Amino acid sequence: MDFLTLIQILDSAVRLATPLLLACLAGLFSERGGIFDIGLEGKMLAAAMLSASVAAVTGNVWLGMFAGVGISILLALLHGLASITFRGDQLISGVAINFLAAGLTVVIGQSWFGLGGRTPSLMGEGRFKSLEWPLTETLEGIPIAGPLYSELISGHTFLVYVALLAVPASWFILFRTRFGLRLRAVGENPAAVDTAGISVVRLRYAAVAICGVLCGLAGVYLATGLAAGFVKDMTAGRGFIALAALIFAKWRPWHAMGACMLFGVLEALSNRYQSIEAPTYIIVAILIVMAAGLVWSSRKSLLDLAVLGGVAFLLVTVGTVSLFSSGLFGQTAIPGQFIQALPYILTVVILAGFVGKATPPRAGGEPYVKER
Amino acid sequence: MTLMRTFLGAAASLALAATAALADPAIIFDLGGKFDKSFNEAAFTGATRWAEETGGQFREVELQSEAQREQALRRFAESGSNPIVMAGFAFASALETVAPDFPDTKFVIIDMVVDQPNVRSVVFNEHEGSYLVGLLAGMASKTGTVGFVGGMDIPLISKFACGYVQGVKAANPDANVIQNMTGTTPSAWNDPVKGGELTRAQISQGADVVYAAAGGTGLGVLQTAADEGIFSIGVDSNQNHLHPGSVLTSMTKRVDVAVYNAFTEGADLETGFNVLGLSNDGVGYALDEHNDALLNDEMRAAVDAAKAQIISGEISVHDYMSDESCPVM
Repeated sequence: MDFLTLIQILDSAVRLATPLLLACLAGLFSERGGIFDIGLEGKMLAAAMLSASVAAVTGNVWLGMFAGVGISILLALLHGLASITFRGDQLISGVAINFLAAGLTVVIGQSWFGLGGRTPSLMGEGRFKSLEWPLTETLEGIPIAGPLYSELISGHTFLVYVALLAVPASWFILFRTRFGLRLRAVGENPAAVDTAGISVVRLRYAAVAICGVLCGLAGVYLATGLAAGFVKDMTAGRGFIALAALIFAKWRPWHAMGACMLFGVLEALSNRYQSIEAPTYIIVAILIVMAAGLVWSSRKSLLDLAVLGGVAFLLVTVGTVSLFSSGLFGQTAIPGQFIQALPYILTVVILAGFVGKATPPRAGGEPYVKER
Repeated sequence: MTLMRTFLGAAASLALAATAALADPAIIFDLGGKFDKSFNEAAFTGATRWAEETGGQFREVELQSEAQREQALRRFAESGSNPIVMAGFAFASALETVAPDFPDTKFVIIDMVVDQPNVRSVVFNEHEGSYLVGLLAGMASKTGTVGFVGGMDIPLISKFACGYVQGVKAANPDANVIQNMTGTTPSAWNDPVKGGELTRAQISQGADVVYAAAGGTGLGVLQTAADEGIFSIGVDSNQNHLHPGSVLTSMTKRVDVAVYNAFTEGADLETGFNVLGLSNDGVGYALDEHNDALLNDEMRAAVDAAKAQIISGEISVHDYMSDESCPVM
C-alpha cells in the first residue's frame, strides 16, 4: 500500500464517517441528557428525504438543508413530547419514529414526484459542492504534505467541515459551560438538578432539539452531499451504526470522532479491497491474543467463561485452519465482509465489558417524575 | 321498484366486474420497487405496454419485505389472477411451495428456474449482453483499467461480471478489471451512497469505465461517474438518458418483453424453460441519441461483429451459473 493509496482510503473514510459522526454526536447530546434515542435512523431518513425534495423543487441546496433540519427537529420534539412530557417509553417512541420515517418518506415521495419514493436527481445548485481550499494547485507538488492537503483536507463538502468542527464544539459545550454541566447532570441525577431549581424538562427538551439539528445535518449530507437525491431506505442502517459508535466511544465527543473514523476507515478498506492479504503468523498471533484476552476477562464468572470460552475456541480453530492451509509464513486472505463486520464485533466486545466498561448515563431511559 | 332495479343492476355489474377481474394477470415487483430505473421498472414497462395495447387491466404489488413474498403470491392466486408474474430470482423458494397448491394457475418467474408443471421460468443470457458492453468498455478505456460494481453478491451478478470481464479482455487482453459487490443482503440493491463510494475507490485505482449491475445502487454509480467525468454503463433498462455524455451504453435485459409475452399469452401460456438471449433480442446494448456521439465507428463494427459471432456460436461466452466459476477471474 503506497502513500497515495493510503490518502485515498482516508479521504473515503472521512466522507463515510461524516454522517456517522453527526448522528453519533446527536445521540451523544440526547443520551447525555438522559433520553435514549434509537430514532436517529428515522430522523436521518426524514431529513434526507425532505432536503432532497426541497432542493429538487427549488434548486437551492440551502433551502433543502433548512427543510431537512426542520423536519428532523420536529421528529425530535415528537420524541421529546412522548418521552419527556408524557413520560412514555423512550425505546418505543424511537422505534415508532423509525417506522414512521421509513414508511412516510416513500409514500410522500411517491405522491409528490411519482418516482416510486425517489426524488429527482439533484443538479447544479441543488447539491453541496466540494470546497477547494486555497493553494491546492500550488501545494500539490510538495511530497507527503502536498497530497495530504489537496486530497485529504481540501475537497470535501461544507457539511464535512461542520461535522469536524462539531466535535470540539460539543466537547466545549458539554464540559466547559454551565449549560453542559446541567445537561450532563440531568442525565445522571435529574433529582439533584431539580433540587437546584433548574427545570429538568426544559434541559431535556434542549438536548433533544440539539439532537434533532445534528441528526438532520447527517441526513442532509447523505442526500445532497454524498448522493444526488433521495432513494428509499438510503440511510441503510447508518443511524444504528452511529449508536454502536456512541457506545464504543462511551458517550464522549472526542472518542466519538475516533470511533466514527475507525468505522469509516474499516468501511473504506473493505470497499477498496474485497479481501486483504496478511502474513499468517500475524493473524494467528492476533487470534491467540484475542482468545487469551476473552478467557482472562471472563475468569470471574462461569457463565461468561462458557460463552466467551466458546468464542475463544472458535478463534483458535480459525487460526489453526489458516495455519495448516497456508503455513506459518504464507499469506492468508481476510475476507472484506469480516473487515466490515469488525465494528459490530468491537462494539459487542465493549458491551461485554472486555475493553473497559461502557457505562451509559445513569438516569438514561427513565422519565423524570417530580417527587410529590 | 326502480330502487330495487338499481340495486340489482349494481349487484350484477359488480359480479361482472368480479369475473372480469378473475382473469386479470398479476405482477409482483421485488424489493427494489417498480421505479428503480432498472430491473423492476423494465417489468413495469412491459406490463404497462400490454395494458395500453389491449386495454386490459393487471394487478400489481410492490414488496416491502422478505416476509411478504409467499403472502402476496397466495393472495393473487386465491383471488384468481392468471398468469402471475414474479420479477426476481428471490421468489424461487416461495414459488416452490405455492405453485403445487394452485395447479390451475400459471406462474412466470424471471431470472430463476423453478421446476413445477405450472411454472414458466424465464432466464436471460446476461453474460452475452455483458460481453458486448465489456467489449465497448475495453475499447473506450484509455487507462486500460475498468470497473464493475455489482449489487448483492449472488451467482446471478457474478454471471454479469464474468461476461463483462470476458468482453473487456477480448478488446484488450492486458486490461485490468476491478470488481466490487455492494453487499450480501437485499439492501445492497438500494444503497446509492455506497455505490458512489465504491465507484470513487475504483476511479482512484485508475478505472475510467464502470459497469453497474446493482439496481438502485447503480444510480449512485452512474452519478459519481458523471461527477468525476468518466464513463459508466447502465443495466437492465436503457439508462443512457440519465447522464447523457457519461453513460457509455446500457446492457439492456428485456424483462419488459418477458412480462409482455406472458401477459399476452394469458392464462394458457406455455410453461417450462424460456431463454432470452442475443439471438432473440432478449439482451443487448443500448444505442440512442444520448450515447450516439460516444461510440465511434470502430466500436460499433466490433460490437456488431461480436454479436453476430455469439449468435452463430463462433464465440462462446462462459456462463458463470453453469459451473459457478469464471475462467478469466
